[in-house]
Amino acid sequence: MSTILEINNVTKKFGGLIANNDISFKVNKQEILSVIGPNGAGKSTLFKMISSFMKTTSGEVLFEGKRISNLAPHIVARMGVVRTFQETTIFKTMTVRDNIIISHHLRSNSNLFGFFIGSSTARNDEREFARSADELLEFLSITDIGNELASTLPQGHLRTLGIAIGLATNPKILLLDEPFAGMNHDETMHMVDLVSNVRDRNVTVLLVEHDMSAVMKISDRIVVLNFGELIAEGTPKEIQENKIVIEAYLGSEDDSIGL
Amino acid sequence: MIEISGRWDYYYTLTSVALLSIASSGVWLTFYIGRINIGQGAYALAGGYVVAILVTKYDVSFWLSVPIAGLFCSFVSMLIGASILRLRGVYFAMITLVLTEVAKLTAMSLPITNGAKGISSIALPGELSIFGIIIIPDFSTLANVKLAFYYVAVILMIFVFAGMYRLVNSRIGHLCRSLQQNEELASSIGVNITILRIIAYSISSFLGGIGGAIFVSISQSVYPTTFQVADSINFMLNVFVGGMGYVFGPMIGTLFIYFGWDLLFTTGKYQLLIYSSIIIALILVLPNGLLSLRIFNKSNKREIK
Repeated sequence: MSTILEINNVTKKFGGLIANNDISFKVNKQEILSVIGPNGAGKSTLFKMISSFMKTTSGEVLFEGKRISNLAPHIVARMGVVRTFQETTIFKTMTVRDNIIISHHLRSNSNLFGFFIGSSTARNDEREFARSADELLEFLSITDIGNELASTLPQGHLRTLGIAIGLATNPKILLLDEPFAGMNHDETMHMVDLVSNVRDRNVTVLLVEHDMSAVMKISDRIVVLNFGELIAEGTPKEIQENKIVIEAYLGSEDDSIGL
Repeated sequence: MIEISGRWDYYYTLTSVALLSIASSGVWLTFYIGRINIGQGAYALAGGYVVAILVTKYDVSFWLSVPIAGLFCSFVSMLIGASILRLRGVYFAMITLVLTEVAKLTAMSLPITNGAKGISSIALPGELSIFGIIIIPDFSTLANVKLAFYYVAVILMIFVFAGMYRLVNSRIGHLCRSLQQNEELASSIGVNITILRIIAYSISSFLGGIGGAIFVSISQSVYPTTFQVADSINFMLNVFVGGMGYVFGPMIGTLFIYFGWDLLFTTGKYQLLIYSSIIIALILVLPNGLLSLRIFNKSNKREIK
């Protein structure tokens, strides 16, 4: 398996606070890799640095061998690294279908002026986007809500739409920010299937998540962060049996107070 | 109707409406990318001065100097916009509010703008000819200059709004809407938000510039007070009253506000009171603008499909 994303010695400091300290790991092509850790472990910070929404203090992120850290988010997105958002971040006053169509922007062959005058390339683009949007709706089985206004959707559908927006950009690697947060068991299981399907579309998935059962079920490999440090890396089985991880999550036995 | 009533000054009013709605549609575009713009007066003033200086000092044709004025404004706005467009909400609004005042003070102090005395007796537009064929005759030879300006303004307005309609219904418009709603998400799907914001703002300023330029040519004079903060606020108000969600909102809004003010002239000292009350009531009852009224909605629904 070849490496698609490399995180090399990434450190992030906010003043005196070290959010990420010297973190290095690799993501292989077409795998589902989860980054987990207790609250405040620095997962979201790492996530933002990979998608260039935040600058690194030191270290670098390489995507297919090219540095992508400290660039603008849209440039990183153009290279094929696309993130979804933790909050339900969508274009609220557009319909679901329009949300997906607009997200095809990266795939356009025409320039903005072409779209203004309605050149044939631009018209072809629009036709292609509409077709692809319908295909995505079908793929995520949300065709029936295609014409609904995005702001009226329930939580679960919003999350699906977020993934649809991400997929519409035709990413090579999709970064999912807590895709299972606030979901009940059934919804989570549905989402797990969905994320596995995403991987089958030749997309590498990197996700940050709290929900242990979902993470264990879905991930090929897991990276564990605690207090900004990488404390473990391995398959779900290895992580489950890892002492340091268990300590980080449950606390250690403390002889001094007799526990 | 105007010919029957014999009130030739209505042509002047309608011309002003056309020009102001061009500038307002620029303001509308900045609203469309989610920025409150109260600085259009600055660009209208700058456009006016560019035309005044080019026509009086350098003998440049009016027809050439108007687009130059527009381009000058969009160039200036790119420089200013590059830094201030990072701001959002009320912060951006406050900066743009200051811009008008800055433009006025600049006009007061620069030697080329002739300070507070301004520039007067600007020549009327000359003839426009391409390959020896006269397309537009010299305005000073015309019997009715007002009518001529009226046609110029209205034709320009039609072009501007046609262009605007096309812009909004093309992908650029969708991208602007995506900016308005969520800039982070827009950048995550690969939209270069910085460039798009600057493009929208410079188009907006271009429109402000040409609107101001023609306005100045009609009155044949320009002073630092030709466009003030109050005018900037009016440009914004035109957009509010017309409806922010509609391309033609600024046009309707300008028409309503400008004529409303004129028609209330008969009420004398109560003019401002009645006028303000009506506008407050309008904003309360129709927060989405005049175009959100049901009679206009039929056509709008068709657009959405």
